[in-house]
Amino acid sequence: MQIIFDQDKCTGIGLCESFAAEVFEIGDDGALIIHGEAVTEERRGALMQAVDGCPTNALRLVES
Amino acid sequence: MTPSRLVVVGSSLAGLRAAEAARRNGFTGTVTMIGAEDHLPYDKPPLSKAFLDADDRPTPVYRDRESLAELGIDLVLGEPATGLDTEVRSVQVGVREIPYDALVIATGARARSLPALEGHAGVHTLRTLDDAVAVRSAVSDGAHAVVIGAGFIGSEVASSARGRGLATTVVEASDTPLARAIGEEMGAVCARLHPAHGTALRTGVTAVGAEGDGRVERVVLSDGSTVDADLVVVGVGAVPDTDWLADSGVTADDGVLADATLATGVPGVYAAGDAVRWHNDLFDETMRLENWTSAAEQGALAARNALDPAAATPYSTVPYFWSDWYGVRIQFAGVARADEVVVVDGDVDAHRFVALYRRGDRLVGALTLARPTEIMKYRALIARRADWAEALEFAAARAEAAAARC
Repeated sequence: MQIIFDQDKCTGIGLCESFAAEVFEIGDDGALIIHGEAVTEERRGALMQAVDGCPTNALRLVES
Repeated sequence: MTPSRLVVVGSSLAGLRAAEAARRNGFTGTVTMIGAEDHLPYDKPPLSKAFLDADDRPTPVYRDRESLAELGIDLVLGEPATGLDTEVRSVQVGVREIPYDALVIATGARARSLPALEGHAGVHTLRTLDDAVAVRSAVSDGAHAVVIGAGFIGSEVASSARGRGLATTVVEASDTPLARAIGEEMGAVCARLHPAHGTALRTGVTAVGAEGDGRVERVVLSDGSTVDADLVVVGVGAVPDTDWLADSGVTADDGVLADATLATGVPGVYAAGDAVRWHNDLFDETMRLENWTSAAEQGALAARNALDPAAATPYSTVPYFWSDWYGVRIQFAGVARADEVVVVDGDVDAHRFVALYRRGDRLVGALTLARPTEIMKYRALIARRADWAEALEFAAARAEAAAARC
C-alpha cells in the first residue's frame, strides 16, 4: 500500500493531516510531507478518509 | 421501509458528497441531484482566490458529466427547487414533482446584496461561478476596485484585485473586521494586511449609494466621501437558501434546524452544508458553518443517515477554514468566542504567528498566519478537548522545536 500525491494539485490545506497525522504533515513552507514508513494496513481507514477528503484530489492510495 | 429513492437538493459540495456517499455505501436505488445552476458541481473556495489571479485559470469542476453518469447520479440542473411536500414525500421543481424516500437538503446560501448599490453595472456579489467569471473579467479590465465588507471573501477579492494592480479600497461597516469569525483582536491584526499591501481600508463607514451613468463610477460612503470605482464587489455575508421550504414542516431559522445527526425531525429529511444549523456535540452548541470542510463531511454523513436512520451517527467537528490574502495563508480551527486570546509563537507585526483561544480552562480555537505546519496539530488538540495548560505546554514545545530548526 502506498500513497501517491500530486504536488501540482496540492495546496497545503492540511485536511489529510487531520485524518492521519502520523502519515501526513504540512511543512513550514506549506508543502505536504508524507511519512511513508507510517503507511500501514492498520491505518487504511484513516488513509482512505484523507484521500477522499482532499479538497484538491491530490492524493491516491495504491496497492503495492 | 428501505429507501429506494434518494433526492439531494443542491448541487454544490455538500450535495455532491451526499450523492457520492450514497453510492460508496452501496446504495443501489435512484439518486437524483437537483441544482439551481446550469453548471456541474464546482469547487467554490478558489473562486475568490486563485481563479481571480489570472484570466486563464480553469473552471474548478469536480467531476465531468460522464463520471456523474457512471456513478448513476441523475442531474436536474438549471432550475431551483421551489417547494417540498413532506406528506407525500415530493420535491417541486417548477411544475415537476420529484418523489423521494430519503431527502438531503443542501441548498447552501446566497450572497446578501446591498440595495443601496443596485441598478448600476459593475456592481457584483461573489458566490457562484458566473459571479466569479464576471468579477474576474472586471478585475482584468478595471482600474479602481471597491470591496464592500472586509470579511474573508471580500478580503480575498481585494487581495487579488490589488495583486493585479488595481487601486483597491475595502469598506467595512464595523470598526473591527472579522470580529465574529476570529475575534476582535485578531480581526484587527488580519485587517492590517490590507494597508500593508497598498489596499485602503475604511472602517466604521457604510456604502450608501453609487454614482455613474449606468455603470458605476463612484461609491458614496456614509461619511459623505466618495471612492472612485469601476468594479464594486459586495461581500457582506450570505443567507441560507431555505425560502423554498416554507410550509413544508421543515423548520428554518437562519438555516434548517437539525439535531446532532443532521436530522430535521421530519421523517426521511436530513440537511447539510451552509444551509444547516445543527447541534455540534463537541462544543455543545448549535452552529451554522460556511466552510468547505464541514460542507463536504456533512453532505456525506447526511446521505448515510438519511438512507439508514436507525444507524444514524452524529456529526461533531472542529470547524476549520482557510483564506489567502496577499500570499499570507490564514487558517483557523475551532470557535472564536473566547475569554482570552494568546499569541504563543511568532510575530504579530510580521503577520506570521500562532494564536490560541481559551474558553474557561479549555482550548477552543487556534489561528495561524503563515504557519501552515502548526494549524492541524492544534485542531487535533481541540478535537480531544485539551485543557488550556496542556495547550500552552504543547505550544512551548513547538516553539522550542521551531527555534531549533532555524
